[in-house]
Amino acid sequence: MASQACSSGICGYLCSSIGKKQLMGVTAFLLIGFLKTHLLGNFLIIFGRDAFNEYCYRLMSLGPMLIVAEIILLAIFLTHLVLAISLVWQNKAARPVKYYSKKRTGRGATFASDTMPYTGIIILIFICLHLWSFKYGSYYEYELNGIIVRDLYQTVIEYFSNPLYTAWYVIAMIAMGIHLSHGVQSAFQSVGFRHARYTPIIKKLGCILSFFLTVGFAGLSIYGYYISTTLN
Amino acid sequence: MSTNMMKLKLKIWRQADHKSKGSMQDYDLENVSPDMSFLEMLDLLNENLINSGSDAIAFDHDCREGICGMCSLMINGEAHGPQKLTTTCQLHMRSFKDGDTIVIEPFRAKAFPVHKDLMVDRTAFDEIIAAGGFVSMNAGNAPDGNAIPIGKATAELAMDAAACIGCGACVASCENASAMLFTSAKLSQLALLPQGQAEAKERAISMVKKMDELGFGNCTNAAECEASCPKGIELSNIARMNREFFKSALSK
Repeated sequence: MASQACSSGICGYLCSSIGKKQLMGVTAFLLIGFLKTHLLGNFLIIFGRDAFNEYCYRLMSLGPMLIVAEIILLAIFLTHLVLAISLVWQNKAARPVKYYSKKRTGRGATFASDTMPYTGIIILIFICLHLWSFKYGSYYEYELNGIIVRDLYQTVIEYFSNPLYTAWYVIAMIAMGIHLSHGVQSAFQSVGFRHARYTPIIKKLGCILSFFLTVGFAGLSIYGYYISTTLN
Repeated sequence: MSTNMMKLKLKIWRQADHKSKGSMQDYDLENVSPDMSFLEMLDLLNENLINSGSDAIAFDHDCREGICGMCSLMINGEAHGPQKLTTTCQLHMRSFKDGDTIVIEPFRAKAFPVHKDLMVDRTAFDEIIAAGGFVSMNAGNAPDGNAIPIGKATAELAMDAAACIGCGACVASCENASAMLFTSAKLSQLALLPQGQAEAKERAISMVKKMDELGFGNCTNAAECEASCPKGIELSNIARMNREFFKSALSK
C-alpha cells in the first residue's frame, strides 16, 4: 500500500494532504517572486528598443547560469502543477455523489477560490503559448552599440500588433489575477501563518499585489499594441 | 389553530439502504407551525407518512438541544440550513415562508456513506479521534484544580476548539469534502494545553494520516467550513494543525 510505503519522515510528509498543500504554498511564493521580476523587466519596453534589447542581451549572456535558473523555475512550476492535479483529483474523489442543491454561504468561498483549477489551466495554456511566441518566437537581429543582439522588442511589437493576441494576453492576465487573489492568502494559511491582526492585512495585500501584476502585464500588452499602431 | 400555519413543498432525498440508488422525492406538507423546529416539521411529515402506510423518512437526531452533533442535513444547499451558528435541531420554521420549497439532502462525502434517506454514517470522525485525539494518562484520583497553570487566553482558545460537536457540517459544506476543520479542532484542543504536549507529535501525524486514508478531500482555504460551522470553529485551528503537522512530520 502506498500509504504504508511513505508513512513517516519526509516521504510521509510529502504524501500527506498538508505536506502537499504546504509545498503548493511555497512554490506559489517562489512563482510570485518570479512574476514580480518578470514584470519589472517588461517595464523596460517603455524605455524603447535599446533598453529592452539590452536587458534581454544581458540576461542571455548569463549563459549556463541562465539555463540553471530556467531549470529551477521549471521544476518549481512543474511541482506546483503536479501537486495541483493530485490535490484536485483527490478533492473530486472525496465527493462522488454531488448535491442536488448547493449554495455558497457568502461568508467563505469566493469566485476566485471556486475557480482555482480553471484559472490555473488558463495560466498553463498561456505559459506554453507565451514561450512559443516569444522565447522560441520570430528571430530578428539588431545592432546595439556595435554588437549584434536579438531584437526581441521587434518580436514583442509584432505579436501585439494583432489585437486578438493582445486580447488573449489580457484575458490570461485577468485569470492570473483572479488565481493570485485567492492564492496569496491561501498560501499563507497553508504554511500555517494565521493571525487575527495580520491575516486581514495579508488578504488585502494579496489582492493589491494581484491587481498590480494584472494591470502591469496587461497594461504593457496594450502598450505594445499601441506602439505597433504608431509604427505602421 | 392559529392562522399563520404554513404550507410547504419539500424535496427530500430518499434512499432505501446504503447499496440502493436514491432519488429526490416531492412531498406537500400543511399545518406547519412557525414555532416548530426543523426536525419537528420532519416528525409531522413522518406522522403523515406512517398514517398513510408509507415508509417514514430516516434522519439523524438525538439531543435536539444543539449540543450532541447528531443532527445534520443540507437544507436548501446549506449545511444545517440558512441560520448562522445553528444546528438543524435549533433551526425553526419561522426561518421559512408559507409556500416555500425546501430541498433536504444528506451530508455528502465519500467518507460519509448514506445509511438510509437522510441518515449518514459519520464513523470516520470517530476513527480520526481514535487515531490520536486523546491524551494517555493514569486516571487515578482527580488531580488538584489549577495544579498545572494555563493562561486565560490559551485556555479560552482550547475551549473554543473543544466546542466542536463533530456534526460534520464542515465536511458537508466544503467543496472538497475536507475534514480539516474537525480534525484541527480536535487536535488544537489538546495541542494548546500542557497535558497534550507529551503525545503532540504522534497525535498530529496519526490524526492527519487517518484523515487522509479515510478519503476526505484537501483544504483549499475557502472557509466555507468556518461559515457553516454551528459552533463557530475558526480557520485558525487549521493553520495550527498545519504548523503542528509540519513540526511533527519533519522531526519524526
